[in-house]
Amino acid sequence: MSDPILSLRDVWVEYGDKIVLEKVSLDIAPGSFVSIVGPSGAGKSTFLRLIIGQEAPTRGHILLDGAPLTPEPGPERGVVFQRYSVFPHLTAIDNVAFGLDCAGSMFLGRLYGRRRKAALEEAGHMLEKVGLAHSRDVYPAQLSGGMQQRLAIAQALVRKPRILLLDEPFGALDPGIRLDMHGLIDELWREHGLTILMVTHDIKEAFKLGDRVLAFDKRRHDPHAPHRFGSSAVYDFPLTGKNRRPPAEILALASREPVVA
Amino acid sequence: MRRLVNIRPGPGSRVFLGAAPLALAALAYLVASAARHAENPSDKLLPPLSAMWAAWRRMAMEVDPVTGAVPLVADTLASLARLGLGLGISTGATLVLGLVLGLLPIVRASLGPLVAAIAVIPPIAILPVLFIALGLGETSKVALIVLGITPFMVRDLASQVSAIPEEQRVKAQTLGASTWQIALRLALPQAMPKLIKGLRLSLGPAWVFLIAAEAIASDVGLGYRIFLVRRYLAMDVILPYVAWISLLAVMMDVTLAWISRRFFPWDHAKGAE
Repeated sequence: MSDPILSLRDVWVEYGDKIVLEKVSLDIAPGSFVSIVGPSGAGKSTFLRLIIGQEAPTRGHILLDGAPLTPEPGPERGVVFQRYSVFPHLTAIDNVAFGLDCAGSMFLGRLYGRRRKAALEEAGHMLEKVGLAHSRDVYPAQLSGGMQQRLAIAQALVRKPRILLLDEPFGALDPGIRLDMHGLIDELWREHGLTILMVTHDIKEAFKLGDRVLAFDKRRHDPHAPHRFGSSAVYDFPLTGKNRRPPAEILALASREPVVA
Repeated sequence: MRRLVNIRPGPGSRVFLGAAPLALAALAYLVASAARHAENPSDKLLPPLSAMWAAWRRMAMEVDPVTGAVPLVADTLASLARLGLGLGISTGATLVLGLVLGLLPIVRASLGPLVAAIAVIPPIAILPVLFIALGLGETSKVALIVLGITPFMVRDLASQVSAIPEEQRVKAQTLGASTWQIALRLALPQAMPKLIKGLRLSLGPAWVFLIAAEAIASDVGLGYRIFLVRRYLAMDVILPYVAWISLLAVMMDVTLAWISRRFFPWDHAKGAE
């Protein structure tokens, strides 16, 4: 195995005396597609916020390509949220070109002339890849939920992030549309050699798309003080082509009542 | 029998239903005016249309020999200049303050309480302060408008900017945007239609402060005029002036609404959500 792209070393997240994550240690290999599952309140979202940089660990270290991660979002980590990922005031093509604008024009935040033309061309290719070539001059409000998520993916990929983080990206979509999106993300993953971390509620989706599944849950539970123990990755399944069936303990985890903290 | 809450007027009856109360009010005025004049031909309280038209001609179409200007034109220009200057300063200040307050937690922590404190001062109460500090000239009138509407507009815009979903701010950062680029490309364009909305809501108060300032110390202006002729019970001048002021206010509102739709179509095409 090559050097990990992302490493967590004994990471804890605490809010006051409430422990959300405890003792999380993980290595993510470049090119992997890691699905993250677990019951509500098991710290999946906190884990993702850590990696995005919206939050810093209370203890422990996070290393990206061997260097400590700054607790602030940056262009090496692309993200697609369940909602509100795209900018409502920009057309589809400008949404995708936003990242190129920011990289190329520090003060105006917008490219002009030949450089803008090049940026639009690149953004256009990206739109084509996600199947939105025909909607380039449309505002997000006029796009369906699935198309907005396609746009959000194109927008995130244009800066060629080291890691793509997906926070329940298909959670708000209809089943048919969701299936299309699975095809799209799988194709993009293989074609671009992306490293993807996806948080999802949908166990089947996690096992279908990922080549590794992490399940977050509390290792220990104190019924009198449930907040005193945090979650960590209790199951870690590498998936090969054959074993795509979620094991019984994972299904039990998913059907369990959410942990009330 | 259908429930009353389910009966919706069609397009035709909607126009009729909307026009009927207006027509009734106008009719009531005409009847009352005619009745008073039948009793006392020199009645001043409810002048007939003919008297208002005569006054309008005098004010709007004839040059006043004393000042050498048409009163309505001079009044309108003076008032609009004060109002325009006041609204312009307020809008500019709101844009800058609203953006930094809404976007930067550190500024919100330091300036937020100050803005909130200023916002609770009734502006008319500090009009004497303005007259003393800035004199009776144009400055104090413009300052009253600015102080009257800016705190509300700033707080409104700041809350709108801070209500931009966190997802968008994080997304922009993952696309490499700096604070400046987030302000310029994310917050500013999304703030513009909200700013216009706040400005439209502030037009009413702005007129109130303008007319109040003009009524107290001025020698020209729409507010000055109606308070001047009040001494002669000149309802035939006051009522057309009030109608004219209302018309100006409506035109400004309609223009702002048009600008918002024309330049920020994405804020008006909310089909998906």
